[in-house]
Amino acid sequence: MLRALFEKTGRAVYISHLDLMRLFQRAFQRAGLPLTHGQGFNPRPFVSIALPMSLGMESRCELLEFQLDGVEVPGEEICRRLNDALVEGVRVLEVYEGERKLKYLSLLRCRLTLEYDRGIPEGAEDQIDALFRRERLMVEKKGKNGTVEQDILPMLKQWKLERLNPQELALEALICCQNPALNPMQLEAAIRVYLPGLSPDFTRCCRLEIYDSEQTVFR
Amino acid sequence: MTQLKERLLLSVQKPARYTGGEWGEVQKDPAQVRVRVAFAFPDTYEIGMSNVGMRILYGVMNRMEGVWCERVFTPWGDMEEAMRAHGLPLWTLESQTPVKEFDMIAFSVGYEMAYSNILNMLRLSGVPLRSSERKGLRNMVFAGGVCTFNPEPFADFVDFFSLGEGEEVTVEIVRLYDRAKGEDWSKEQFLREVAKIPGVYVPSFYRHDYNPDGTLKAVVPLVDGVPTVHRKRIVEDLDSAYFPTKMIVPSTEIVHDRGNLELFRGCIRGCRFCQAGFSCRPVRRKSPEVLYRQATELIEYSGNNEITISSLSTSDYRGLKELTEKLLPYCAQHRIQLSVPSLRADNFSRELMDKLQTARKSGLTFAPEAGTQRLRDVINKNLTEEEILHTCELAFSGGWSNVKLYFMLGLPTETDEDVLGIAELVYKVIKLWRECGTNRKRGLRVHVATAYFVPKPHTPFQWEKQITPEEYLRRCKLLKSHLYSKSVEYDYHSPDLSRLEAVFARGDRRLGPVIETAVKKGARLDGWDEYFNKDIWEEAFRECGVDPDFYTVRGYGEEELLPWDAIDVGVTKKFLQLERRRAYAGKITPDCRQGCAGCGANRMLREVECDA
Repeated sequence: MLRALFEKTGRAVYISHLDLMRLFQRAFQRAGLPLTHGQGFNPRPFVSIALPMSLGMESRCELLEFQLDGVEVPGEEICRRLNDALVEGVRVLEVYEGERKLKYLSLLRCRLTLEYDRGIPEGAEDQIDALFRRERLMVEKKGKNGTVEQDILPMLKQWKLERLNPQELALEALICCQNPALNPMQLEAAIRVYLPGLSPDFTRCCRLEIYDSEQTVFR
Repeated sequence: MTQLKERLLLSVQKPARYTGGEWGEVQKDPAQVRVRVAFAFPDTYEIGMSNVGMRILYGVMNRMEGVWCERVFTPWGDMEEAMRAHGLPLWTLESQTPVKEFDMIAFSVGYEMAYSNILNMLRLSGVPLRSSERKGLRNMVFAGGVCTFNPEPFADFVDFFSLGEGEEVTVEIVRLYDRAKGEDWSKEQFLREVAKIPGVYVPSFYRHDYNPDGTLKAVVPLVDGVPTVHRKRIVEDLDSAYFPTKMIVPSTEIVHDRGNLELFRGCIRGCRFCQAGFSCRPVRRKSPEVLYRQATELIEYSGNNEITISSLSTSDYRGLKELTEKLLPYCAQHRIQLSVPSLRADNFSRELMDKLQTARKSGLTFAPEAGTQRLRDVINKNLTEEEILHTCELAFSGGWSNVKLYFMLGLPTETDEDVLGIAELVYKVIKLWRECGTNRKRGLRVHVATAYFVPKPHTPFQWEKQITPEEYLRRCKLLKSHLYSKSVEYDYHSPDLSRLEAVFARGDRRLGPVIETAVKKGARLDGWDEYFNKDIWEEAFRECGVDPDFYTVRGYGEEELLPWDAIDVGVTKKFLQLERRRAYAGKITPDCRQGCAGCGANRMLREVECDA
């Protein structure tokens, strides 16, 4: 399997997971890079994105898996040709033969930017820090079978708070992203539930880097 | 900090509809642009981006030096509410600029139910609705599309109409505007000049007078020298006409998410209820060579893995064999799915269907429109029961088990016998499946749908009465009570929407205030069940003192001056009258290839001959 490391920023953050797969299928076609096709009545070109991402999130570390059908093209050239065929905001950084299985992908470093239109409330950092030091932190999670409560703390490995400016507070966190996975927006949800006075007016989220369980960068 | 708009985008469904940034989108440097056009499609992104006409005109305008055409669509209800709550005006996709800052605002109108969206989009943009309230050149509103063949309901709001095919006339219009802006003309001066372009109609240059009985009395020109008849524009040679093979590829799924190529324009069939069949004449074809080249360019540029070749009646395209013989191997090699809708049930089409291998046996669709041969002859729908049954027989033997049958209720001269004829036809289909269906385990599904007949301008039925909604429902129930097989699924359209469609289709200028009132009361997205609100419209009609029945069940007299009489689509009124007589006599008119019926549309051609 070939792997493409790509980023999704700007206007592209509004493209959904399914739409992004379709977008890549067409980009490969435009780039003259034939993909292998799946099985079934209407065989579709096969691409797979490692960690599906919610709408609106930005990322600098997405992985796409694919296979070329009957042609061999150097990674650098695939990368160049794809970027010429992709839309603004989706950019391939590197293409290579994937060596480790995706199941070893385990941790994600991400940044939530909490926006406070009327300024960051006094003592926000300390309160949030204390919240994440509790023993348990139950947060509702909407799943396929309705809403369930889960303790998010076992999936939160490290965190760091930083004031970017008087209105923006950055929360950088290292969280589990596979088996089990924590949606980083759950950290924001916890703040809303347990520290309502610190509910941000808006929160943006960005994936920064992915790692295996040993915190080695995963490629 | 995240801007308001970006915040709102994450609170609505499918935000990619509002952001632009797709493959093939045209970006220009605003400093190098003299004329900015907001091309407004009065329906959602998914519908609008599926429209080939819009894609053509987007390309036509953006090809012009100094002109930048951007797109804007009707926001879905959730986005509209968010915009209103935060005072955010409607913006275009490419540069995310508010529509009110644009020089020109162009609407493409293909469906009557989009009328409320047009005014609502102007309202959301903060642009005055009425033409008379917009002073100066800025925000010049013009409109085109099939619905503008009766432009009168929009006479108060639209500065001018561009009638017919837009490839050439749009360039002439925008070029004139460019000059007007450069020379700082008044709006009046521009309108006087633009009215001289063939195909352009400026409604404010005419006054409509009415008789005491409400019918149109006279159309009085208010400006010297303006034309009394406005003939639509056509492109004669489609081979050399501009066609955008570098089309925008949406980043989110749309209704027709594939490449789309037009085979020819016009129709040889002459079904008497069909507006497109008459108003899109004369027949002009594209050559298979040009189509093949455009198809491959389209696929290569877009990366689509599906392409549709479309027309009003694809089996009537003379080059179909030649084109598909070239295109099928290309598609197979590149793993492209070729879809060919609108095929008739002839032998070649059946062979083609086999070759297309749309592996999914999605089913057969027929539109007999009427249940008896008598009524099919009245409407000139030359599809016989034998053809339907023969095709079903072959399909059933080949393992298909899904049939869709589309009909209309309320066609001129229709009786209960015709309604029950639908049930009889359905039972013949079921019986046939019992005899020759090979895939018995799956069971047969016959989907029957009836629509409420809407008389349309520029058709032989343009004078006809629409039956009352009560009568329509009675006929639906009558039919339903005769469809008792478990294999049959019957759907009938609600009459409310089709009644409104009938009002607008043959409406006059008195409907302007009705539309405006309804929109101010919240009418929008009327083509969508979740938003259509009949009560709003009823109230608007009442408040404006307009009786919808005048436009529907009354019927129009042949001697009556019709609101759309000043629009010449090529087919003569005399021919439509003749066709109406033939309808009442139950006489069919053979298709144009068997002999020219003399509709008159070929008079529009100078360079080529009618390809009928």
